[in-house]
Amino acid sequence: MSSTVKIPVPALNKEISVSTGLFINNEFVPSVDSAEVIQCFNPATEQVIASVVAGSSKDIDVAVAAARLAFKTTWGKNVTGWERSRLMNKLADLIERDKQELAELETLNNGKPVAVARDFDIGDSIQCLRYYAGWADKITGQTIEVDNKSKMAFTRHEPIGVCGQIIPWNYPINMWAWKVAPALAVGCTIVMKPSEITPLTALKLSELVVEAGFPPGVINTVPSLGSVGGAALAAHNDVDKIAFTGSTITGRKIMEAAAKSNLKKVSLELGGKSPQLIFESADLQQAAAWAALGICYNTGQDCTAGSRVYVQDSVYDKFIDVLVSTVKETVIGDGFDNNTGGGPLISKAQFDRVWGYIDAGKAEGAKVVLGGERRNTKGYFVDPTIFTDVDSSMKIIFGPVLSIGRFKTEEEAVALANNTTYGLGAGLHSTDASQCMRVSGLLEAGTVWVNQYNILSNNVPFGGKSNQEYTSVKAVHWNIGEKLQWPLSL
Amino acid sequence: MASVFTHEFNTPAYKGKTSFNTGLYIDGKFVEGSDKTTIDVVNPATGKVVTKVAEATVKDVDIAVAAAHKAFETTWGLNMGGAGRSKLLAKLAQLMEEHQQELAALEALDNGKTFTWAMDLDTTFAIDTIRYYAGWADKIHGQVQETDEKKLSYTRHEPIGVVGQIIPWNFPLLMMSWKLGPALATGNCIVMKPSEFTPLTAIRMCELIHEAGFPPGTFNLLTGYGQTVGAAISGHMKIDKVAFTGSTLVGRKIMEAAAKSNLKDITLELGGKSPNIIFDDADLDQAVNWAAHGIYWNHGQACCAGSRIFVQSGIYDEFLSKFTEKTRSLKVGDPFDVDSYQGPQVSKVQYDRIMDYIQSGKDQGATVHLGGDRNGTEGFYINPTIFTDTTPDMKIVQEEIFGPVGVVIKFEDEEDVIRQANDTVFGLAAAVFSQNINRALNTAHRLKAGTAWVNCVNQLHSNVPFGGFKQSGIGRELGEYALHNYTAIKSVQVNLGHVM
Repeated sequence: MSSTVKIPVPALNKEISVSTGLFINNEFVPSVDSAEVIQCFNPATEQVIASVVAGSSKDIDVAVAAARLAFKTTWGKNVTGWERSRLMNKLADLIERDKQELAELETLNNGKPVAVARDFDIGDSIQCLRYYAGWADKITGQTIEVDNKSKMAFTRHEPIGVCGQIIPWNYPINMWAWKVAPALAVGCTIVMKPSEITPLTALKLSELVVEAGFPPGVINTVPSLGSVGGAALAAHNDVDKIAFTGSTITGRKIMEAAAKSNLKKVSLELGGKSPQLIFESADLQQAAAWAALGICYNTGQDCTAGSRVYVQDSVYDKFIDVLVSTVKETVIGDGFDNNTGGGPLISKAQFDRVWGYIDAGKAEGAKVVLGGERRNTKGYFVDPTIFTDVDSSMKIIFGPVLSIGRFKTEEEAVALANNTTYGLGAGLHSTDASQCMRVSGLLEAGTVWVNQYNILSNNVPFGGKSNQEYTSVKAVHWNIGEKLQWPLSL
Repeated sequence: MASVFTHEFNTPAYKGKTSFNTGLYIDGKFVEGSDKTTIDVVNPATGKVVTKVAEATVKDVDIAVAAAHKAFETTWGLNMGGAGRSKLLAKLAQLMEEHQQELAALEALDNGKTFTWAMDLDTTFAIDTIRYYAGWADKIHGQVQETDEKKLSYTRHEPIGVVGQIIPWNFPLLMMSWKLGPALATGNCIVMKPSEFTPLTAIRMCELIHEAGFPPGTFNLLTGYGQTVGAAISGHMKIDKVAFTGSTLVGRKIMEAAAKSNLKDITLELGGKSPNIIFDDADLDQAVNWAAHGIYWNHGQACCAGSRIFVQSGIYDEFLSKFTEKTRSLKVGDPFDVDSYQGPQVSKVQYDRIMDYIQSGKDQGATVHLGGDRNGTEGFYINPTIFTDTTPDMKIVQEEIFGPVGVVIKFEDEEDVIRQANDTVFGLAAAVFSQNINRALNTAHRLKAGTAWVNCVNQLHSNVPFGGFKQSGIGRELGEYALHNYTAIKSVQVNLGHVM
């Protein structure tokens, strides 16, 4: 028993239908014990567009049981790599078929421009699924020589089991794909809790999971409040692993809950206050374009947003000029408007938070060289804002607000960049190859961009600098030919 | 204007129509051969010609190589990223799936294997192989090596360039997929010569490759003879690598030609005389079934066929009796009859060769326990044959017959049978049947063969490497290993501070 809502899309004179129950065992069902609903908003209009069933912790139990049964019978070691590959490719094909409608739904609930949702978010998601589909039949262990007479030793890389996955609201479809793809490829089953702010596309994607032919229980989707469903998953004794993307504060809670329950495996993608360093030999035009992308892309709602930029003294004034004139071209507006480069912030809560930071910055005496003024319209719109002479604000703002500082020497630059508890991303701009190599080695971040920013590839690892086993994997993306035009032409 | 082959299949196993261009496929176009000559395609079930296809000459090899180089420098090679290559290969697999029955029917018509085998095994495995390598295309990784902090050292796994690929007639489409998959996935351009005995499915694939969207020149097909086109490819100064599957005899010629021309890289998948060792403690009924599959699959026309069947004395009589009964049950008949297990051998040449070996067995004093004769009066059909009472020096024990002829040898001693099994210039595969895990694994580990099957025979998977020891070949196909055949490793060492 499920209900379907038809969500009107006024700008396009159409409706999109979405199933609004909890997706468990390939069916949309009501909650077992709760009548709560979650209201979904359109951040451009501040209107409610749909209500979906809010899962309770009992519903999480039901979903976990379904995932466990599937893992023991139709998935896990009971399905071949080829079959997993086939199903994942089929799902990718279906998402590609429906990408326009999925993009429109994403824009309605998240606010980002339709073309960006379709070509970037969904484009990357399709590629991600296909990439991991290609790995599904290539999960190899090793044979290890112990002695050649009495023993045969080898490793098997087996699926962990039932995985709880909690994803954020900034890239709803893209984060769904990044979580789902590798887990499915190796044979895990999933209980997914999408963000309570943006559950709609996860529900729509669940319809495609059925159409693709996945056995019931392999993927389950339970929209729920973080404090309810998220907490239940993190503390569940029959969930073998939890994967979370979101704020550092919540990440801590999840790790604690995992420790207190069954010591489940934990992977966390948390916040960042990523720096970009502009050295004097940099191509300033390009550096400005990448810096603009770094803070304006997704309206600054990106864990690797380059929210701190440090510029070498000798080129400081020139760079500020170029940067301001580049960022000025950014059009923040309604996602259904073709001219829009970036949408509104996701919610009232985020809107208030960002304005809180901007107001505080002004009060502390930081100089505003661009933006900083409220609009008088409906919608959670914030125009790009640039502060200079900032006393190194270390709080994550998660909006299009950039702080600029200056440095004299390379050592100073690296010290400023690394002076943070975070370590997700970092960028540097320089045409001195030796400097690029030195500095990329010294920056303490999981991804370092050289003469580029924010561009990721499905086949390159991404994550924060934290101790995994005994080595930290740092991905270096060194741009040797791509020229950026900001704003992006879509 | 190259001609078109049109054929209507109206058979119990398959009803359908096929129609396709039979020219050479060079630079994205179907063309006649430079000499405008043709090659006859014979249906081995009847011995009659079904069509003619364009014949390539040495001149056409030069044209194809030039087209391949042009594509490599412009639209392929490192100009097309892995994700792009992946997408095209995935599309090709999808098109093969859409045309699977047609491909299986063409394979049965041209090669003589049954339509059922062509559907269930050949075409299915070929599609799976292409899909498997589509998945590798965007995962060609090099390494970063730690030297010191003033240097950046890393490897790139680059495509070799233009590769020549020569494939055999026993599994035409499947062998095409094993070669095409890894070569295209890693970014190479191909000049391929199918067997002149079985060109039809390879030619049909060219239209699918074209439809999938591979840029012109990335894949080129030249149907021609070994002594002309094959030799030209292996001796070509502008082909950077040659991969060959076929007889050990021809494999030598190719390696020689490679050495004498430009020292091109080679991989060879050659012949075998693979032992199948069945111990007293084997699951007897299973051993019988697998042994039959081991030698009679594909009419014995498999490089890894378990053609020497060693049976321990304790179960020898019972094995022979059951194995004979099993062999008798295999139905020899028209490839398009739904209950046929075995069709004709691929050609008159092969038929004569096998019959010669059978005669030599009789002449040298072995016992024809079963078969040993022609089946029917039309087409190249041979009855599944069992020889017993052999001695190790007999031709039928030493040499590769490549037909449905199994040699059953009694053994006593474990050490002795392993010695006998390894006493061959070949080393492609081997099998051991025993329910004792220690004995099974220890024997498998001691057999000098590229594949050691334990309680099975002739099982292949797209992700498990396959290739020979000794004179059975050089290099491995399938799995991740095949990628090494088609990549050139470049070490890049960037100095970031060492002062000279």
